Amino acid sequence: MATIYEARTMQDPEPNPGDTPYFEATADGRLLIKRCNSCGEVHFYPRAVCPYCQSADTQWVESGGRGEIYSFSITRKAGPIPYAIAFVTLDEGVAMMTNIVDCDLDTIRIGQRVRVVFKPTEGGYVMPCFAPE
Amino acid sequence: MSIRDKACIAGVYEHPTRKAPDKSVAQIHAEAARGALADAGLSLADVDSYFCAGDAPGLGPLSMVEYMGLNVRHMDSTDTGGSSYIIHVSHAAQAIAAGKCDVALITLGGRTRSEGVSGAKVRNWGPNMPDVPYETPYGPLTLNQYAMVAMRHMHEFGTTSEQLAWIKVAASHHAQHNPDAMLKNVVTVEDVLNAPMVADPLHKLDCCVVSDGGGAIVVTRPEIAGSLNRPVVKVRGAGEAHKGLNAGRVDMTTSGAAWSGASAFAEAGVKPADIKYASIYDSFTITVLVQLEDLGFCNKGEGGRFVADGGLISGSGHLPFNTDGGGLCNNHPANRGGVTKVIEAVRQLRGEAHQMVQVPNCDLALAQGTGGSLATRHGSATLILERG
Repeated sequence: MATIYEARTMQDPEPNPGDTPYFEATADGRLLIKRCNSCGEVHFYPRAVCPYCQSADTQWVESGGRGEIYSFSITRKAGPIPYAIAFVTLDEGVAMMTNIVDCDLDTIRIGQRVRVVFKPTEGGYVMPCFAPE
Repeated sequence: MSIRDKACIAGVYEHPTRKAPDKSVAQIHAEAARGALADAGLSLADVDSYFCAGDAPGLGPLSMVEYMGLNVRHMDSTDTGGSSYIIHVSHAAQAIAAGKCDVALITLGGRTRSEGVSGAKVRNWGPNMPDVPYETPYGPLTLNQYAMVAMRHMHEFGTTSEQLAWIKVAASHHAQHNPDAMLKNVVTVEDVLNAPMVADPLHKLDCCVVSDGGGAIVVTRPEIAGSLNRPVVKVRGAGEAHKGLNAGRVDMTTSGAAWSGASAFAEAGVKPADIKYASIYDSFTITVLVQLEDLGFCNKGEGGRFVADGGLISGSGHLPFNTDGGGLCNNHPANRGGVTKVIEAVRQLRGEAHQMVQVPNCDLALAQGTGGSLATRHGSATLILERG
């Protein structure tokens, strides 16, 4: 049995002040993460203040958009269509919540290599999702 | 300062309702409070401190102290989701030990079932949350977040759906003796595995019930508890912890119970093998399994074998758990199971659990809560209670 990906209506992200560069980049087809210029650590989700050293000198950096699936679940009975929520560990070392898309959802596996693709929300924002390489 | 032996639980009450469309949330809180004070043999006028969490309407204590007609000199509205009420017992003991109060009242109440609020919907906790823009569009539900923990646990340790199902089976064996339980039928491993898959790898029967209801706890000084005509239950140790996504260094198979449990056991001066009965937060079967490992009842990764073959069934298993049927079968009021975890532990220590599930010579019990999302951010609370 296959569960072929169907586009679902994604809620808008409702960005807070400071989140704008992230969503401007996704609209441009780029995934950003944050790196601290003081301690050098990368973190996700992005913050204005570094969670490692409290420095306010944090910088947006572009992720290569590749990584592997840390965990996932196919939600089958809580909405109009099945969808795959997941955490993907980027090659930069941080994991992010996402959806796995553009594939047979029944073939998704932990450890699978994935690359970023971009999907629109209902109000026109763009969210980074991931598809098998 | 330790809270060991500084406070006792004098009264508990679990509201018998599981569906209350005609009651207000404030009313459910007040009815639970009345029940717990009557159980203790105390009155409204004896209460001098009040504790509640996010299920209480309005500004929590400001609304509920007024509604119930309390006169308090200490308030606490710590909200760590479903684990709040276990933390409240610890905070009440701290306040009593510090001389801030003598009789603490903790209440929970909600109409989640009537209002159609469940873990199968995206929650809205309000504006300004820093994580929401990076998570909410992906459809995170309580359900699928806990499912990701189960999926990862299976990947790392070979845990199986059959092993998880045994947790529901054990809860159902206990619930058959509870006339108030929502699900009273004994189920088998096959029943769990044949139930619809709601979020891989969790089946419908891996999930807790959604119920209206409430509960309350009265905590007081040992001198006062000893003067009441009720069995004494002493607070012996407590711990609390926060676990989050660690800025992207994610580790889903360890919960905050690893830290809250260690703190509680250290304060109590006991070890997991000394515990005769355990109330373990059971929003989902996987919640139980991860907490059992993190509390040290078994090694990390061995939870599946620990719970299999009836390991948690009272009378035959090695660790009787959730003898009221737990959240999995009995009650999960306000989608917050912490209060009922404490209540059943107190029943066991008093010898007031149902005779079919009562643990013989139950002198030491544990209540464990996890609130929020196990996969992302949650609060953990561990409480160790002793028969007086």
